Amino acid sequence: MSFTDSFFPRKFGLSTADLESYLGVALSHGGDYADLYFEYVATSSLGIDEGIVKSASQGVSLGVGVRVLSGEKTGYAYTDDLSPEKIRHACKTAACIANGPSKVEKTGLNEGPKRDLYPVLTAPNDTTLNERVELIKRADRAARAYDSRVFQVRASYADNVREILIATSEGKLSYDRQPMARVNVSVLARQGEGSPQEGYAGGGGRMGLEVFESDKSPERYAREAARQAIMQLDAIDAPAGEMTVVLGPGWPGVLLHEAVGHGLEADFNRKGVSAFSNRVGQKVASELCTVIDDGTMAHRRGSINMDDEGNPTQQNVLIEKGILRGYLQDNLSSRLMGGTSTGSGRRESYQHVPMPRMTNTFMLAGDSTPEEIIRSVPKGLYCVNFSGGSVDITSGNFVFSASECYEIENGRLGRPVRGASLIGNGPEAMKYVSMVGNDLKLDEGIGVCGKEGQSVPVGVGIPTVRIDQMTVGGVA
Amino acid sequence: MIQQLATDVVARALKLGATEAECTVAEGNEFSASVRLGEVEQLKEAGSRGAGIRVLVGQRTGSATTSDLTKEGVERMVRAAIENASVTTDDPFAGLPDEAELGSIDVDLETYSESVEQLEAEWKIAQAKAAEAAALQFDPRITNSEGGSFDTYLSSRAFANSRGFSGLARSSSCSISAVPVAKEGEKMERDYWFSIARRPDRLEAADLVGRLAAQRAVRRLGARKVSTQKVPIVFEPRIARTLLANLFEAVSGDSIYRQASFLNGQLGARVASEYITVIDDPTIPGLFGSSPFDDEGVRARRKVVVERGILKTYLHNTYTAKKLGTTTTGNAARGLAGNAYVDHGNFFLEAGSKTPEQMIGGIKSGLYVTELMGQGVNVVNGDYSRGAAGMWIENGELAYPVSEITIAGNLKQMLLDIEEPGVDLEFRGSIASPTLMIREMTVSGN
Repeated sequence: MSFTDSFFPRKFGLSTADLESYLGVALSHGGDYADLYFEYVATSSLGIDEGIVKSASQGVSLGVGVRVLSGEKTGYAYTDDLSPEKIRHACKTAACIANGPSKVEKTGLNEGPKRDLYPVLTAPNDTTLNERVELIKRADRAARAYDSRVFQVRASYADNVREILIATSEGKLSYDRQPMARVNVSVLARQGEGSPQEGYAGGGGRMGLEVFESDKSPERYAREAARQAIMQLDAIDAPAGEMTVVLGPGWPGVLLHEAVGHGLEADFNRKGVSAFSNRVGQKVASELCTVIDDGTMAHRRGSINMDDEGNPTQQNVLIEKGILRGYLQDNLSSRLMGGTSTGSGRRESYQHVPMPRMTNTFMLAGDSTPEEIIRSVPKGLYCVNFSGGSVDITSGNFVFSASECYEIENGRLGRPVRGASLIGNGPEAMKYVSMVGNDLKLDEGIGVCGKEGQSVPVGVGIPTVRIDQMTVGGVA
Repeated sequence: MIQQLATDVVARALKLGATEAECTVAEGNEFSASVRLGEVEQLKEAGSRGAGIRVLVGQRTGSATTSDLTKEGVERMVRAAIENASVTTDDPFAGLPDEAELGSIDVDLETYSESVEQLEAEWKIAQAKAAEAAALQFDPRITNSEGGSFDTYLSSRAFANSRGFSGLARSSSCSISAVPVAKEGEKMERDYWFSIARRPDRLEAADLVGRLAAQRAVRRLGARKVSTQKVPIVFEPRIARTLLANLFEAVSGDSIYRQASFLNGQLGARVASEYITVIDDPTIPGLFGSSPFDDEGVRARRKVVVERGILKTYLHNTYTAKKLGTTTTGNAARGLAGNAYVDHGNFFLEAGSKTPEQMIGGIKSGLYVTELMGQGVNVVNGDYSRGAAGMWIENGELAYPVSEITIAGNLKQMLLDIEEPGVDLEFRGSIASPTLMIREMTVSGN
């Protein structure tokens, strides 16, 4: 597809001459760099609750964000009106961050190489509403059929297709079409007069509806949510104190996202406010740990062909055999730190300034079998599901909240344990990783990462991992 | 203008076959200035608009939103909502509020002040710089900064429905913050302070914001872990309000009709200690939860949610009320479109008579919490386990900083175990609490 056949020229009559002219206005006060970010997002969502399809919604959002850089300063403006006057006005507003005569030579716009990590024959929002409704009805039926103790089921479906166009004053012109679909199921179960318990599961990716006909079926997520809720009915109180923790494969990779990922984002390190600042080349984890952030994995939720500054995403090694190798860079931080972008500049929408973010963050597999790892623990906690986490990047302290855990007694899995938070310190906790499984698994595709008020879709993954020492925040 | 558009959209939907319709149109203007180490780091200025519609076709619901407010954009939105209604299921409880519930209270809630609009960019930048500078000068151990900021937001929201309601609510806000970093040896600690108000003359002074932020960051230096034990816990107001947010979720009609709250079936029962009275009041002028009508056009009103420990009411919108055979409490909220959910006005715990010093003074060994991290709150069964940092209390005094610990309990018991609250109720947002003390929780450390 050539530029003139791409979304924005076709739909809004944008030409390269228009883009060059807008960039000229953006740099009219002497900025060093400017970019334009056009975005059009079509969303649809459906919800079933109590067996009734209660909600069906569609939405359209469009606009352009204009960014001007001048040294360390950023000027930003946006408009949801794509008329030339309004775009020029936004360019003028952002331009004022700089203070001087225009100094950038006019350059033509050129398209870079393209790739397609998520070819989709039929975009999710090109299917009929009835096809999409059927997915949540299937989830509802499967969850109710799982066990008679299930008494509430909520399922939702959401998709979006995001068309973006980026033009920079360095002459880069790029565009992408980013589809996304997901299904979520939440289940409540109760036994007699006991307290209700909740289970939650879901998945998706950058695909059309065919994704839900594979192993990512609504039925599987429904049964998984129901299984978790039922399991909690017999759970005992979580323990309190330091102990050995074994993380199951997949979603527990949220540990990496909180314990190291955020602290390695270049903006914090450029400013010297991260617990990982100035530690490239140092040991920050046990030698069993190699941690990667990879935005190029086909069809995954955290993947993008290019980041939101038009740079191609790549596979970035963050930690190699325990040694800190590098940071996640966007344009601004790499300019100021003297490196290159790692394709990590992301933003929630045209209303937001890009910053370094993760894509799919995971740990490479090791040699141990999961059975060996559990067998090695005399007394500890096995955690297989989490509801999220957060981190204070400056002290390095991070928390992640377990929602499905089991006792380990004498190398064997014991009773299920109620949810509890686990807390540790980023550069320290990973040094206690003493066994890494051969069973690397990525999550199902429901991760959302929040930073400074901006949410972006991400993925995580991890093999089974033994951490010798971690504080578990139970009551018992 | 946006009020007229909302009314027109409703009329158009009825014409295209909707039985009922409700429309929200919102516009907003944001400005934000952030500075770091004395220099401007980022300036952002922009405006945006959006509209949303929800229709009923018989007892089936459909919704749509758009940021494209051209005639064609709006027409597409209305048609999409009606199309969406074709795939939902008849829900006997779906509907709009009764006419008698609709309306605006006739009081100036002071949610909008022109003075915010009139602030000059240079002045706002200077405020952000002053806040950061005060933090940097506070103590030699403040060696770095994530900056200072001054933000303003102006918005208007129009709502109309097919039962004749049409209303417009305008609001303004401004906020100032500082995020200094303290360092001692190799260890760094960061903290922040902020002030937010509907108008600039109600903000805390820039240098006070900076000093408080710096004081908090420095106080955290040298934090240690403590051993696992059960002790009394004191929550500073900024943290205590998160407990109120947990309580709100548990009394929300959405949680109640789904039987997804640990407070199900507790109306009229003792759910908290006798010291506890919790109010939801959207009619207090000048605050962040104040609004003359809710997002279904229902007149705003004050509710006593918990009175001296007894649960008096759940909070409802029209749908959750119908599900439970009662009437709306005017707590409907929504984004631009979609079915309403339940939200609060100014949701707060009434102040007691103790100063924070008196509360801490009576504790031999305990934890004063100044930060909570992570999710870890399960409103379905009340389980509570969160990461924490703060000051360890020894013999009635704040003795030393602690971090990398968790606090855990169950909300059911925690509410019953709250001692007499502090006098220091203050509003920094729509949920507020004075200092709170809980008799005993598990602290997990080493």
